[in-house]
This record gives sequence, C-alpha cells and structure tokens, in this order.
Amino acid sequence: MISNLRRVFRYRALISSLVARELKARYRGSALGFVWSFVNPLLLLLIYTFVFTIVLPGVHPPELEPFALFLFCGILPWTWFSSSLLESANVLIAGGNLIKKVLFPAEVLPIVTVLAGLVHFCLGLPILAAFLIYYRVPVWPTDLLWFPLIVLIQLVLTTGLALLVSALTVHFRDVRDLLANLLTLWFFATPIIYPITQAPERVRRLLNLNPFTHLAIAYQEVLFTPGPFAQGTRLLAVAVASIVVFLAGYFVFDRLRDTFAEEV
Amino acid sequence: MNAIQVCDVHKFYRRYGRRKQFATLKSALLSGSVLRDLRPDAVFEALKGVSFDVAKGKTFGIVGRNGSGKSTMLKLIAGIGKPSSGTVRVDGRVSALIELGAGFHPEISGRENVYINGLMLGLSRREIGRRFDEIVRFAELEEFIDAPVKTYSSGMYMRLGFAVAINVDPDVLLVDEVLAVGDESFTHKCLDKFAEFKRRGRTILLVTHSLDLVTRFCDEALWLDGGVAKTHGDPKRVIDTYLMDVARAENDTLAETGIRDQGSGIRTKEPEPTDPRSLIPDPAPQDMFKAGEGRWGSREVEITAVEMIGASAQPAHLFQSGERVELRLHARANQRVSDFAFGVGIFNAEGVCCYGTNTQIEGGVADEFAGEGLVIFAIDALDLVEGTYKLDVAVHRQDGVPYDYHRLLYTFRVKSPLKEVGIFRPPHRWSFSGGIRMSGL
Repeated sequence: MISNLRRVFRYRALISSLVARELKARYRGSALGFVWSFVNPLLLLLIYTFVFTIVLPGVHPPELEPFALFLFCGILPWTWFSSSLLESANVLIAGGNLIKKVLFPAEVLPIVTVLAGLVHFCLGLPILAAFLIYYRVPVWPTDLLWFPLIVLIQLVLTTGLALLVSALTVHFRDVRDLLANLLTLWFFATPIIYPITQAPERVRRLLNLNPFTHLAIAYQEVLFTPGPFAQGTRLLAVAVASIVVFLAGYFVFDRLRDTFAEEV
Repeated sequence: MNAIQVCDVHKFYRRYGRRKQFATLKSALLSGSVLRDLRPDAVFEALKGVSFDVAKGKTFGIVGRNGSGKSTMLKLIAGIGKPSSGTVRVDGRVSALIELGAGFHPEISGRENVYINGLMLGLSRREIGRRFDEIVRFAELEEFIDAPVKTYSSGMYMRLGFAVAINVDPDVLLVDEVLAVGDESFTHKCLDKFAEFKRRGRTILLVTHSLDLVTRFCDEALWLDGGVAKTHGDPKRVIDTYLMDVARAENDTLAETGIRDQGSGIRTKEPEPTDPRSLIPDPAPQDMFKAGEGRWGSREVEITAVEMIGASAQPAHLFQSGERVELRLHARANQRVSDFAFGVGIFNAEGVCCYGTNTQIEGGVADEFAGEGLVIFAIDALDLVEGTYKLDVAVHRQDGVPYDYHRLLYTFRVKSPLKEVGIFRPPHRWSFSGGIRMSGL
C-alpha cells in the first residue's frame, strides 16, 4: 500500500496534466470558457442574496447578516466535496477503456476528479473575497493562515471518500444513485444553511459526528465569524478523522484494484 | 537471460449467475454477504497452466483461434490484471500496443493528448518533449497536431496512438493485432520500426492472426488453444501444426453442414408412398443456373448419398489443390430405366460454374439401370484455387428432364499454400532463359 502510494506520487506529472485537461475539456466549445468558473459561483451567490434578502428576510438569526455570505462560506466547499464524490462514482467506469488497456495506477482517476474540483473551488474564492470586502465583513488576518490547512484537511477527506466510492461503484453500480441521495441528507446534516447553534442540543451531538460539520464551521469561523479562530480542537479531530478515512478508502481501493480491469 | 517468464499461469474469470447479476449493494448488505458476493460462484478458465519463456532480444509470436486466451496472456504480461495462480515476470520497461489511442480525450488537441498518453505510458514530460517531433513525424500528422482529436479520422487516431506507444522505447514491446490500422505504407513503417527494435536487441511479443507475419518475423512461436499451450518452438513448425488443426476443424464443420443439408432430402430413404403428394414431382425451376439450392425431380431414379473421397481414402470436405478426389454418387432406380444420364457441376462461392459435365455430353450411351448402383467421378488432380465450392449432382433423362437433381447441396473447401487468384489452376511450369535469373519456383 505504501509503495503504491509512492507510485502515485511518481505519476504527479500525469495527474497535473489530466487535471489541466479536465478543466480545458470542460469549457471547450463554450463561448465564455474559463470565465464560467467565476460566473457560476457569482450567479449562485446572487441567487442566494435575492432569496434571503427579498423573498425570505428574517428567517435567520440577525447576527448572521449578510446571510447569503454565511451560506456561501459553507456551500462553496460543499460543492467541491459533493461534486467530487458524485463524479468519482463514475470515473472508473467512464475510464474503463484506460483501465482495461493501459497500465497505470487507477487511483489517478478519482484523484484527478477531486483536484479538478479543488481548482474550481479556488476559482470561486475571488468571488467570495470580493463580496466579503463589499459587505465589509471583518476578517481576522491571522485567521487566514488557517484557511490552507482547512482546505488540505478537506482534500484528504474528499480523496479518501472518492477512492472508496469509485472502487465500490465498479462492483455495485447502485452506489451512484445511493450516493446522490446520501449527499442530500449529508448536506442538511451539516450546518451550512443554518448555524449549528440553532440546532437542539440532542441533534447537535449527532451533527458533531459528521466530519464536514467541523470543516463547515471552520470555514465560517475563518471567513465570516468575527474574532480570532477558536476551533483548533475541532480541526485537529477532523484532521485525524480525515487521515483515517483516507487510509481506509485507499485500503479498500487497493484491495479491489485487481478486479477493476475485469469488472468495469 | 529471459525478458519474459511465464510460469504455470492460470487465469479465471468470474461468471455471475442470474441472481448475482442483479445483486445490489443494498441486498448484499442486508444479507450480510458483501464479501461472499465479491467471490465468484462460477468461473471461466481462460488460461489453464501456461508456461513459456522469452529470451531477451527475441521476437515471440502467439497464435491461436479467437477466444484461445491470447489477449488475456498479453494483458497479464502487460500487468493489466494479475494471474489467478502462477507467476509472470517481465524484465524491463513494457509497452503494450493493445488498443491504440486508449485514453485520448476527443476534445483536446493531438499535441496535449500526446503528452498525456506518453505520461500514462510512463514517460516523463522531458522525454516526451524530446521525442515529440519524432512522434508527430511518424504519425504523419504535422498539419493536424493542434486540432482536437475528435476531428481526426480513425486512421489518424490510430497512427498517433501507435506513434506514441512505439516511442516509449520499451525493453519489451507487446503487440496485439494492431497492424491492421493504417494503409499499406504505414503498415510497412510499423514493420520497419519493429525490425529496428529487433536489431537493437529489444524483445517483442506479437499476438496476431497474420501467420505470415509470425513465420517471417518471429524467432519462436506459441500456439494457444482453449487456454492451453499446444505447441511451442520453431514458428514454421508451430504454424504448420496450427494450420493442420484449423483444417481439421474446418473439415469437421463442413461435414456437419453437409449432414444438415442432406437432411433436407438425401438421407430420408423412402418418400412415404401413402402420401400422394410425394408422387408428384417437384417443379423444376425455369433456369437451373439461377436456381438456389434445393432438390427436385420425378424420382424414378434417386441419388441416395454423395461422398467425396480424397487422398485420405475417407469421406472428406477439405482437399489440397491438386489432390486426387473421387466423387461418389450412390444411386437407386425405383423402377427399371433405360433413358438416363448422370451429371456433375462444380460452382465457386460466387455461384460461378467452374465446370459442368454429364455422361451424355461425354458420349456415354445409357443402357440400363435397375436396383442400386454406384457412380464414381474421379478427378485426378483437383486443380482449383483455394476457396469454398459447391456441388451439383443429378440424374436425368437424356432430354434433360430430371429424375433427381441436387442443386448446390454439397460444400467442399480447397486449400492451397499458394494464394493465387481466379478459379482454375492449370498445371503449369515457369522457366526462364536469357538474362533472367530466378529461384524458388
């Protein structure tokens, strides 16, 4: 397993080329091209602003103003997370031709999916930053140092789950449909469209078992909540959990690896 | 020093029953049988204990019918898939030409695809940069390299895939039937490239149906049949044994179809006399040369069985060009007749009459036929070119009205080591004089 991980590292040039290809191919043929990576989150943010300032003003606690921005702090990373998982459920089957005909480590494919999602996530950040400045949300400068760490933890967690999901889907195609519904549930089980403080005590304990809860809170803490970052323990716990998930995901992937060429 | 060592390799493919096909994660979880369901319940053994070695620098050919396990073997050597038991060891960098251009992305340019494909095959970015021009020149795609791959013709696509794979410069090159991709000149280029590989002491493993390529090109060959290594060694000898087996199998198939066709008439001994319809002769088609296969006639005289006997002295359906062949017609006169003639016609697969004759044309005078009889039409040399042929046999009145006409009911094949064209091979000799020197004829 360790030697396989090292081999993946050797293929980093391939991974970066594939990520670049993924991004290029996605926008090939569209008039705006890469601009879509900025326009998509911008439009999303405008829609949320419209809904929560004009259609539903006052359904959220007043201290979470501007609420659209609060939402956005959670939704941007969530979009990366959920789209990566949904895509990696398909990625081995879609790349079946490669797996059957070319010798290269199959984990490259889900990893590329997650990294392409990361690039989109990063392209959404300037939009978020622009709105933070526009609304004069006070961001603690030292908080920003935490930001890359949170992204890294999410990367590890997402990659681990992507490996697991992609390997399982080869054997059980229903994982795809199951996953779509599971992610919807997961979305609502994460304090993204509500602050965790609003959840009843009993439910809050359950929510705390969800690793993405801590990531969402960490993002909100860094970008939205005033005051210095105070979620170090949370972050440490979720970091440990993410590494465990990654190792477990990679273990399953590694065990099923030899069956891919026959099953896809 | 061996480049490839294959030792007692078995490969099983799982086959799921109906139940397993519809098994879902949910049902597997509910019955707690996730791990059990991942285990095969029925298996297909694609390779049954194959062993061979390929010495460094040798060119090795694998031949065999479809489904004999050739490609499976190649994939195991390439490392795509693991043997179920046994070991495969390969020394050095392997490049597999299994499917050309697998992994090309249609939306991006040929240039980017070359880089990605090269990285996938294990080259570094710098190595690809160094070989890039060579790859493009080899693929003859200088003008189109920056166009998206989806605009390429299938030939261009394959050429680019081949050019990348061959330029990986592997120690061991695995080739699975990919030479049929380009036009003649590209095929020659590929063969030249293989020859260059060989000169540089690289190992090539070739899976192909082009037996000619194996005899011309390989140092050693292996014949796989049904997952078992049948023979292994000198390519000429291996190919000959393989071809003999193919011929035998073809003969068996033809014999089977022969029996099936005869089922429509010949082996049914007696038309039931109680059935009044059987007394009415089948209508004869207007133009017999245009008619399809079938049997008709008034049946006062019947041809009850037809056999072809070649050099083996056994009924056969496969003959060498030039072989002595006897066509035997077993006939029976249901009533005594004195007006009759026997005829034979040979047609090729396109329905062209190669030869037709009858006893009357050749001056035979019918006297009497009563009871049973055997007609032998002996051909001293079956001088037909290779191909499939069909036979007409008939017994009819001298004015042409048929007693029993069998139209194209019998099939036989002619094999020839030479691949001449046409139908008829007149016995001939070449000789040269003056300034012409030629040998081998």
